Amino acid sequence: MIHFQSISKKFGRLPVLNEVSLTLEKGNCIALIGPNGCGKTTLIKSLLGMVIPDKGDILFNGQNIKGQEKYRSQIGYMPQIGRYPDNMRIAQVIDMIKQIRPSSDLDNDLYKQFDMATMTDKRMRTLSGGTIQKVSATLAFLFRPPVLILDEPTAGLDPIAAEILKEKIIAARNNGSLVLITSHVLSELEGLVNRLVFMQDGKVLLHEDIETLKATTRQSTIAKSITALLKNQLNG
Amino acid sequence: MAKLLKHILLDILNNKIVIVYTIVLAAFSWSVFGLEDNTAKGILTLLNILLLIVPLVASLFATIYLYNSNEFIELLLSQPVKRSLIWKSLFAGLSGSLSIAFLLGVAIPVLLFAELSTALVMIASGLFLTVIFVSIAFLANVFTRDKAKGIGLAIMGWLYFALLFDAIVLFLFFQFADYPIEKVVVLLSALSPIDLCRINILLHLDVSAMMGYTGAIFRDYFGAGGGLILSSTLLLLWAFVPFYISLIRFKNKDL
Repeated sequence: MIHFQSISKKFGRLPVLNEVSLTLEKGNCIALIGPNGCGKTTLIKSLLGMVIPDKGDILFNGQNIKGQEKYRSQIGYMPQIGRYPDNMRIAQVIDMIKQIRPSSDLDNDLYKQFDMATMTDKRMRTLSGGTIQKVSATLAFLFRPPVLILDEPTAGLDPIAAEILKEKIIAARNNGSLVLITSHVLSELEGLVNRLVFMQDGKVLLHEDIETLKATTRQSTIAKSITALLKNQLNG
Repeated sequence: MAKLLKHILLDILNNKIVIVYTIVLAAFSWSVFGLEDNTAKGILTLLNILLLIVPLVASLFATIYLYNSNEFIELLLSQPVKRSLIWKSLFAGLSGSLSIAFLLGVAIPVLLFAELSTALVMIASGLFLTVIFVSIAFLANVFTRDKAKGIGLAIMGWLYFALLFDAIVLFLFFQFADYPIEKVVVLLSALSPIDLCRINILLHLDVSAMMGYTGAIFRDYFGAGGGLILSSTLLLLWAFVPFYISLIRFKNKDL
């Protein structure tokens, strides 16, 4: 469904992505992990067209996304740090996005479960980090997109909200959506994702099925498998 | 575009600065015409105020508003919206709202007090200056990510065009007075939109004493009619070329 074909990107002289090639198929829930600054967010932003790669193409359903914008109606994006116009109220932000992306089939589950109706009058600049994350999540799931990109979705959310979001992610995966999650908390990915992409220094080191990964490393959890894998690499 | 534009216009109105700007402009215009019994003199006083204020407010407000719109731009970019559409809507919203402020504040009294043709040239010049300096603000924005730097650039641009330019031209003219440099001076005046507007209005008012050096030469060369057409064409270029360059850069910018 999504093909990255040798994507390279430099910020100034600093290489962030180095010949990244990756294929993501629908129906999967994929974890994108790696150390800070390894290029996860840049990879996601280049898929969204916010960052323009120096080299390489990205195909979305076989179409090159360069200079295109319609394909984004298939994507729900929840950024790591949601940035919204300070003076707009929650209701205004949601209304604006609804007007830009007209759809009769809206998914208001998160809106209700996060109890957004009680705070629609609040201005974005007064919101706490967690509430901003709730707005981002609501917007990402609102249009039932076939592709969900969640950048550190549960960071800053309280345990109840995080649980609600996780269930929503599982439901979306079961509906056949492609879900791409980045996270540093490997334990919360357990039971959520079925594939894993590990990036380091702007390269994809590993793209593997979770079960295969656990079997080859003979470990019971994702966190342990990754640690075992990295240790193996260090020892040669 | 209409949906985006609506949100941008609402946001600008919410900001209230544009409303204050309208009131200040109206206060200036009404008091100038109230104090001067000679309309031509009133127009000249108003002209000198406008040539300073309109570019200053347009470039500063647009620059700061654009930097503050970073979040808005980011939010929209993850949605199915064309990049160029976002940029064009912001341009239309900013130049539109500032132009309306100018029309409400200045156009009404000028139309009431001044002769119709003079009033129209004056209004057109004000609108041109508004759009041109918004356009320059867009250019400043794509060249630096740093807000302080961007605002600094905008103020420098205003200082240069509003105060320094005529002085530099005059200086050059005296330095090279022995050579036939009239053509060069005409060419130079095309490089400053404020000068062009001043020439436009003064050619029309027929007050050569106030023209400044470039204006005097402009008149000599083109006569009132041809000069007007030429300077209007140049103003149009000033309004859209900086914006066009910024649009190309914005399309390829990383956010």
